[in-house]
Amino acid sequence: MDLTLLYYLVPSIIMFACGVYGFITRKNLIAILISLELMLNSIDINFVVFNRFLFPGQMEGMFFALFAIAIAAAETALAIAIVINIFRVAKSVDVQNLTKMKF
Amino acid sequence: MFNILFLFVIIPVLTLGALFLTRNVKQVRAVAATGASLLLIAALYLCHEYLGARAVAPEGTLMLLTDSYMWYEPLNIHLAVGVDGISVLMILLSAIIVFTGTFASWKMEPLTKEYFLWFTLLSIGVFGFFISIDLFTMFMFYEVALIPMYLLIGVWGSGNKNYSAMKLTLMLMGGSAFLLISILGIYYHSGETMNLIEIARNGVALEWQNALFVCAFVGFGVLGAMFPFHTWSPDGHASAPTAVSMLHAGVLMKLGGYGCFRIAIFLMPHAAHQLGWIFMILTGISVVYGAFAACVKTDLKYINAYSSVSHCGLVLFAILMMNQTAMSGAVMQMLSHGLMTALFFALIGMIYGRTHTRDVREMGGLMQIMPFLSVGYIIAGLASLGLPGLSGFVAEMTIFLGSFENTTVYNAVLGDGNLFRHAFAIVTTTSIVITAVYILRVVGKLLFGPVQNEHHRQLDDAHWYERFSTVSLMLAIAVLGCFPDLANLVLRDSFGPIVEHIMTFAQ
Amino acid sequence: MDLSLSIITIFLPLLTFFVLGLLGMKMPKKTAGLIGTASMLVTTIVAYGVALNYFFNPDFMVGGVREAQLVFNETWLTMGENLKVSMGILVDPISAMMLIVISTISLMVHLYSLGYMHGEKGFQRYYAFLSLFTFSMLGLVVATNIFQMFIFFEMVGVSSYLLIGFYYQKHSAIAASKKAFIVTRFADLGFLIGIMLLAYYCDTFDFQTLMSNPGAIVGSSAGVTFLGCSAASWAMALIFIGGAGKSAMFPLHIWLPDAMEGPTPVSALIHAATMVVAGVFLVARMFPVYLATPEVLELITATGAVTALYAAIVACVQTDIKRVLAFSTISQIAFMFTALGVARPELHEGVGYMASMFHLFTHAMFKGLLFLCAGAIIHMVHSNEMDQMGNLRKYMPITHITFLIACLAIAGIPPFAGFFSKDEILVAAYENSTLWGVWMSVVAGLTAFYMFRLYYRIFWWSKPDYSHHTPHDCEWVMTLPLILLAVVSCLAGFIPFGHFVTWNGENYDIHLNWTVAGTSIAIALVGILVATVLYRKENSVPDRMADSVKGLYKAAYRRFYMDELYQFVTHKIIFGIICKSIAWFDHVIVDGTMNMLAHMTNNASYAIRKLQSGSIQFYVWVYFIGALLLGVVTFMLLI
Repeated sequence: MDLTLLYYLVPSIIMFACGVYGFITRKNLIAILISLELMLNSIDINFVVFNRFLFPGQMEGMFFALFAIAIAAAETALAIAIVINIFRVAKSVDVQNLTKMKF
Repeated sequence: MFNILFLFVIIPVLTLGALFLTRNVKQVRAVAATGASLLLIAALYLCHEYLGARAVAPEGTLMLLTDSYMWYEPLNIHLAVGVDGISVLMILLSAIIVFTGTFASWKMEPLTKEYFLWFTLLSIGVFGFFISIDLFTMFMFYEVALIPMYLLIGVWGSGNKNYSAMKLTLMLMGGSAFLLISILGIYYHSGETMNLIEIARNGVALEWQNALFVCAFVGFGVLGAMFPFHTWSPDGHASAPTAVSMLHAGVLMKLGGYGCFRIAIFLMPHAAHQLGWIFMILTGISVVYGAFAACVKTDLKYINAYSSVSHCGLVLFAILMMNQTAMSGAVMQMLSHGLMTALFFALIGMIYGRTHTRDVREMGGLMQIMPFLSVGYIIAGLASLGLPGLSGFVAEMTIFLGSFENTTVYNAVLGDGNLFRHAFAIVTTTSIVITAVYILRVVGKLLFGPVQNEHHRQLDDAHWYERFSTVSLMLAIAVLGCFPDLANLVLRDSFGPIVEHIMTFAQ
Repeated sequence: MDLSLSIITIFLPLLTFFVLGLLGMKMPKKTAGLIGTASMLVTTIVAYGVALNYFFNPDFMVGGVREAQLVFNETWLTMGENLKVSMGILVDPISAMMLIVISTISLMVHLYSLGYMHGEKGFQRYYAFLSLFTFSMLGLVVATNIFQMFIFFEMVGVSSYLLIGFYYQKHSAIAASKKAFIVTRFADLGFLIGIMLLAYYCDTFDFQTLMSNPGAIVGSSAGVTFLGCSAASWAMALIFIGGAGKSAMFPLHIWLPDAMEGPTPVSALIHAATMVVAGVFLVARMFPVYLATPEVLELITATGAVTALYAAIVACVQTDIKRVLAFSTISQIAFMFTALGVARPELHEGVGYMASMFHLFTHAMFKGLLFLCAGAIIHMVHSNEMDQMGNLRKYMPITHITFLIACLAIAGIPPFAGFFSKDEILVAAYENSTLWGVWMSVVAGLTAFYMFRLYYRIFWWSKPDYSHHTPHDCEWVMTLPLILLAVVSCLAGFIPFGHFVTWNGENYDIHLNWTVAGTSIAIALVGILVATVLYRKENSVPDRMADSVKGLYKAAYRRFYMDELYQFVTHKIIFGIICKSIAWFDHVIVDGTMNMLAHMTNNASYAIRKLQSGSIQFYVWVYFIGALLLGVVTFMLLI
């Protein structure tokens, strides 16, 4: 059996949908962050897969995925830092409680 | 050569600058009084200058002392100034009211400096409006005059001031939205120019006139307190501080009448002939309605505000008559109403400052306590109900006789419209009786009779600055009332070309 | 004296008004009074000079007609192209006569007030207002055009307002002054509309232009009718309404009795002799134009006749002496109106016009006298009520004699002034129709009755308790005017009035018509006799008679409920219904609409605000739904 494009894309879409669902429904900032990572990673898979199947001779997709992973790591570190600080101030990481700056 | 008209913007701007530099209340008053006096002198000089220019101008000239600077090329906007007899009288009126208003608010507290800053800004708007002959600059100055009003009422007002300030500003802003539509429409349908004289020469496209006329008349009608858009005026006047009421009722409401005349009727004569009757009905209602409503109010400022609705309704009514007599009556009524309503508001402010109430039922017998203010109030009242020898009589009679004059109005609905106009003229004349009722009711209750509240016996009569302010207004009222042809002297040659224009462009 | 000097008579009182009004409070009371009186004396001398010169200088007679002289005429206000309001002085027979009447009575009142108003607060103000009134009244009579007349109509209205309300701390005085002003203002509204119609059809205000072609208004308004009457009739009737308001004709008379709240000399000057005849003067001035609209003259006759009878009946039962005199004034002015109404050039050479003016002249003298006498009595007794008086002939002989002369004059007993003028009126009425003749004769009889009722109640009847202080004749400044006016009332009847004032300026000889005169004397004597029988000695007959017709008596005493009717209309209908409902409409509908707009905007923003929650998760949710929808739509379109 051949591993066609579809075998990679379906899990990627499932991952992305899970990410979206999590992002919208979770109230915990950490969980939202995890969902966000899930979405990013599903996109990374897409980049790699499309590069591999559509333009086999080139490497731009691979590099782009690597670049995105690096950025995501940095961004996650920043986000975690913010979440920890929020927790220090508000004693909670529940988004619904964080209305201090709302008008 | 330097155009004298720019003085009316430069002087207030310099006053504004000087006010920024002042350190204490004394300096503020000195600067404000100097600025206002200079304006008054400039206005009187302008009359002289205008008459001189009129004497040498060819017959049929619309505007004199004109000047124009390109301001924004892509839209053909100029800073164009020029005056005719009507604007000269309006400038004189504004200068008198700014002058007396400054003295009436001599003891304004708190934030005296800021108060005079806004007050001066307001006067820039008013003067700028009257000297402009470019629609864009007119509109701009109009807006400049509106905004300070919000702060002046909201900060220094009394009573339900937040509500009133908001209502006044929003309604006038709503009016200026209509105005903007109309100005843009005129701009695009009269050869892409903003200059009044050029627009008059080109004419506004006939198929657009009706819509634009309604927009312009309603826009300025809101400011002129036309029924049913008058409702900002009683609340606004009641809450405003004395000098602001004076300036607002005395001058700003005249902007409405002047604008209706200058923009709606003069630029769109065809529509004015066609649709004038609708507004004739509305203004006719204003006249009677305001007078009746004033009969049952007990707050002095409300009574006077409704009386303003009635009198300003007469102004708008008269300019719709399309003949020289009624229109010059309208200008006289603007002058007369400006002066006497300013006097009224000044006196009410002074009485309120002493008794701390404006309710007629809580006062009485003030004649024994403050004879000067009481006599002033009686004179203002008599002017308002049209005693010959004071300004109100001349203005009202000219309007009534003018509205009875034989004038051809080209109108598809009403034929020549004479009968219709006569009927409405008779309806509006009833206001002279109703006016007498509410004025005498207040005078009898407030000034005569026994002293109602014993605490009032300790109150003092007018101070020097109050006497100065009121006596100047009374003098102006008496001069206009005794020598009405002085106003006609300035007006005489201005109306000829205007009426001719309105008649020739009617079809 | 040269006619142009007449300008002094106008401006001197005005100057006095300004001097006394602005500086009066700074000067002692006596000085103010003397300044006022002195200026009035000069005015009177000049007015007499001008009038006598006009009447006796043959230069002014052209072809047997006394021509009107236009002394000044300056444009005051330019209205239309032809329509100009001028201010000027027109001297013609009636204005010259009015100059005499006004200046005489005004001088007497000025003099009298020195005593009467002595010690009053606001003495200076009083003299200032008197000067203002004199100025306005003189300006009215010399008016060259109808608009100038209207202007001074308003001015006399205001002076009257200020003088009625002189005692401004009294509620009744304020109410009376307000009522007087508003009722006359209402009538002036009619006057104004009449002027507007006149100006529209004739394009002029000028009296001389109007008189030169009196039919012009009828001609130019031909074919225009409204409610079945021609426009010309409407115009003239409306102008008459203006005059009727000032002259207190039924049903606009209600202000005059209340106006008695003012000081009594003011009542003598304004509400008896001068201002209240302004309406008669107006109709007389416009008389040729009225001749062109005979139906309006019928209206004037009917109004005059009804008013004369009404006021005479009411005067019979009033107990306040000034009220009796007020109703008597109304009744006598109605006589003048009737005389004008019945006058036709073809009937006895327009005798009604002459009679009306003659009666105006004599009435001013004797009614002024009556009021001044009443003032003297009130000054002594400190009450207006008859019940507080009686037997005063013993205490105040001069007042008694002068009052009696005035009563005889008004009752129409020869040789006193009223006899001659009233007789001419009756002649004119009989000439026109027997109905009006008989009617007016009956009223003349009633006049004699109520005047002598008044006389006997004051000077005879019983002796009340004067123990705390005894009344006596007043000081000379108050008695001198009484004596002077009494002399005039005795002699004025012998003036050959027809030689001075006639409708067309031609001389006319007065012949006494002895049938009419004899009847009227007889009727007057009957009236006096009845009054003598009933009121000479205190008795209970009048009370019993009143009881026997209780309803009628009460109705007459309450002036047939006219005041109540007005009260109802003004308070209940105009204030209660119209004003209140307009105020409600303004508050609820107009304000409500604006507030509702504001509320709607507010509510809409609250509703929209929910979308701007600030919750990223919600935004993402909306974003994905949107993206999904967009995707589906694109997909569908591509397929």
